[in-house]
Amino acid sequence: MPHFHARVQVSLRPSVLDPAGEATRAAAGRLGVEGVTRLRIGKAIEVEIEAPDQATAQQRLELLSERLLANPVIENWTLDLIETA
Amino acid sequence: MTIGIVVFPGSNCDRDVRWALEGCLGVPTRFLWHEERDLQGLEAVVLPGGFSYGDYLRCGAIARFAPVLEEVRRFASEGGPVLGICNGFQVLTELGLLPGALTRNIGLHFVCEPAPLEVRPGACRWLAGYQSGEEIALPIAHGEGRYQVQEDQLRQLEDNGQVVLRYKTNPNGSMGDVAGLCNPQGNVRGLMPHPERACDQLTGGEDGRRLLASLLG
Repeated sequence: MPHFHARVQVSLRPSVLDPAGEATRAAAGRLGVEGVTRLRIGKAIEVEIEAPDQATAQQRLELLSERLLANPVIENWTLDLIETA
Repeated sequence: MTIGIVVFPGSNCDRDVRWALEGCLGVPTRFLWHEERDLQGLEAVVLPGGFSYGDYLRCGAIARFAPVLEEVRRFASEGGPVLGICNGFQVLTELGLLPGALTRNIGLHFVCEPAPLEVRPGACRWLAGYQSGEEIALPIAHGEGRYQVQEDQLRQLEDNGQVVLRYKTNPNGSMGDVAGLCNPQGNVRGLMPHPERACDQLTGGEDGRRLLASLLG
């Protein structure tokens, strides 16, 4: 069975405030790093999956991302899929 | 007349809800472990506060797939009253039984304090016994209680009279000062404040009693 590696990137939708990102941005200034105008915190989720073909793997990962890994009310997601074996 | 209280791994207000319902209101309860599927004989179901499944991924995200919630969903679709308190409210939004989502408080702090609230029963049968505009105080204790929903959806919720509880002084940045809301039928209700912690004068007030009692009628 082919093996795939995926990385799902979950980010807050632009309309959703990110107070943790704002606090981190403020800390960047205190560290002395200047010029950070925007900092948003998301999640990167690494997934290993076996599937008969790439299209099936893609389909399963889309379902997983849409229904579990991200909450579409507040989050967007993107998916990168690589066949590893 | 028995009320079911769902217990997830990580729930921590299940016993408080039992104490409030049984000890203060005299209503028998039954704990429903997250793997249970039998809701027979229950008049209402409460999803209590806590950190279901450690709040991994997002608050309520894993709990949403608990076997007991398939039955709770069916129970709700048949008109059974379901009340989600704090983490229970987060679970109801993840389940899609209530719209929107609860996100990190705007000040990043976990807020734990009494919250003055305004009750607006509107068209929804939840809290129908209250006067519109009546003020009550209930404790809040959460780090992720900022209600978020699309602007047009919020207006729709307000027009439908589903925003039943509002913060008088917004503690977490919730849109529309939303502290609690219900579905259009009024049988699925969620709120961030803890009515079960306000059922005895000894522990700081009794404003929660009527709210919990409204589950029964």
